[in-house]
Amino acid sequence: MRRTGWFPVVLVAALAVVLCFLTLPIVAIFVDTAPGDLVRSLGDEGAREALRLSLECSAIAVGVIVVVGTPAAYLLATRRFPGRAALVTLVELPLVLPPAVAGIGLLAALGPNGILGGAVEDAGLQLVLTTAGVVVALTFVAAPFYLRQAQSAFEALDRTWLEASRTLGATEARTFLRVAIPTAGPGLVSGLALAWGRALGEFGATLMFAGSFRGITQTVPLAIYERFSTDFTGALALSAVLVGVSGALLLAVKLLGGSGWLGGAAR
Amino acid sequence: MLRVDAQARLGAFSLDVALEVPSGSCLALAGPSGAGKSSILRVVAGLLRPDRGRVSCGEELWLDTARDVDVPPERRRCGYVFQEYALFPHLRAWENVAYPLRDLPRRERRRRAIELLERFGVADRADARPRTLSGGERQRVAVARALALRPAALLLDEPLSALDARTRASSARRLGAVLSEAAVPAVLVTHDFSEAALLGERVGVVDGGRIVQLGTAAQLAAAPASAFVADFTGAVVLTGTARRGADGLTHVALDGGGEVASTDPAAGPVAVTVYPWEIALARPDAPRAGSAQNHLPVEVISVTAVGNRIRVGLAAPQPLSAEITDASADALALGPGARAVASWKATATRLLGR
Repeated sequence: MRRTGWFPVVLVAALAVVLCFLTLPIVAIFVDTAPGDLVRSLGDEGAREALRLSLECSAIAVGVIVVVGTPAAYLLATRRFPGRAALVTLVELPLVLPPAVAGIGLLAALGPNGILGGAVEDAGLQLVLTTAGVVVALTFVAAPFYLRQAQSAFEALDRTWLEASRTLGATEARTFLRVAIPTAGPGLVSGLALAWGRALGEFGATLMFAGSFRGITQTVPLAIYERFSTDFTGALALSAVLVGVSGALLLAVKLLGGSGWLGGAAR
Repeated sequence: MLRVDAQARLGAFSLDVALEVPSGSCLALAGPSGAGKSSILRVVAGLLRPDRGRVSCGEELWLDTARDVDVPPERRRCGYVFQEYALFPHLRAWENVAYPLRDLPRRERRRRAIELLERFGVADRADARPRTLSGGERQRVAVARALALRPAALLLDEPLSALDARTRASSARRLGAVLSEAAVPAVLVTHDFSEAALLGERVGVVDGGRIVQLGTAAQLAAAPASAFVADFTGAVVLTGTARRGADGLTHVALDGGGEVASTDPAAGPVAVTVYPWEIALARPDAPRAGSAQNHLPVEVISVTAVGNRIRVGLAAPQPLSAEITDASADALALGPGARAVASWKATATRLLGR
């Protein structure tokens, strides 16, 4: 008989503990929610509003992140310049920022008395306590997730593909669109999924910057929190809905990315 | 005519080259890896901007640092075949070839791409993705792609080194035909001297960012300008000290023992070069026959078949090698550890100052 060392046993045990701990709360949400409650919570006007807001705001935020973040990440990944490392760290900083701090920071920057508050007002924008404010908060907290992933996806590209494209008559912009984005596709998609997941779950920064008004700024996590003290069953049911929706969304994004939707970038 | 003159500092080493390649001619740049061969191609293609330099192709000026001219790579029309071919992994073979033909309707692009792939005998793989192609197929697709935009110059970086020995010979022939047909200046980079000799009308030996010798392959082999070139072209290189002999020959006392004669004049420390096929082997007790003036007692280290010849590694005590026929190897019953005498003519012995 082959002697099994103790180390593989430790590895398996560690993974088992991790899996139990991470999946138990998610399983519990579904086990504790009666199907009737689930249906009832979806029938609730407030819950549907919250779900609509969450999806709309996170979709807009992710759209902004992808459109602006992709070229920014490409620059960070393909150019070497002094201060680049510092810049990368700055971009990643919101990752370690507590959401409450992010909310305060956004208020201090863009709030009525913030450093750019005047400019925002002059532009005719109302961010604090508005739906637009929710989008700003989501963008702020989710962007680094996409940028990080996109940057490493671009860094992993074979540089000679980009050079070959140039020698074949393509400008740098065309090379970016026709070679870099399709070949980095899977990495970009997984970054998008991460950012979207983060945006859907955002709570602290949204609460502080945009507040929690039904139908205006109350996204699903805020609605769950509101119900939590008065209607635990309702909060639980709404949580189950959020888990379901985020799970389905992420799955759909990953499937689309893997199916060659971006030109089948698999090597 | 492609004219290149460039100086650049690249990290620890510096590049300093000047070269001219007429249309329809292929210059092969040969040298060890890290010698700066690929950097020369990158300068021509516009992927690397030298500190100082001038690059022109025909009537077009591509780079002149003095006049701040630097045409971007996409407007130089260099057909560049990259070392690992750099095929776009997300595009099919025909789409790779059609990539430069972007102004045409899709149907026309496909027609042209298939036409090119047909020329290289890989039209049946048109719809395959690069990762499913064999090394030889990839190389053909890459060459077809480089030709698709009717390049003003062809640049080939180690086009054969990713291939196995079997496909290499046929691939080299086909590449030779492409080069002569293209009627544009071509620069080919290789670390293999025989490849350079096969495909280049002229061969430039590159070492340390410089072209150390330029000529036809035969010229380089017959009159290497340095021990490095001699070694690179496949010659045996021995070191020693030369002095003028009374017989009109130069005698070289080899480091480690032994003496050889050469018709080249030299004095002081020298590198002695001789080609392995100039060296004959005989049994130690055999009478010394023929016109060879040089005889070194040697010990056989290794015996390797190279085509229809046998390459025999020797210690004398400096290492050298002889290339002899099957028949003479059989007659000598050579094997590692066997003793023999290596002989060659003084006229086949080149001396290069060290």
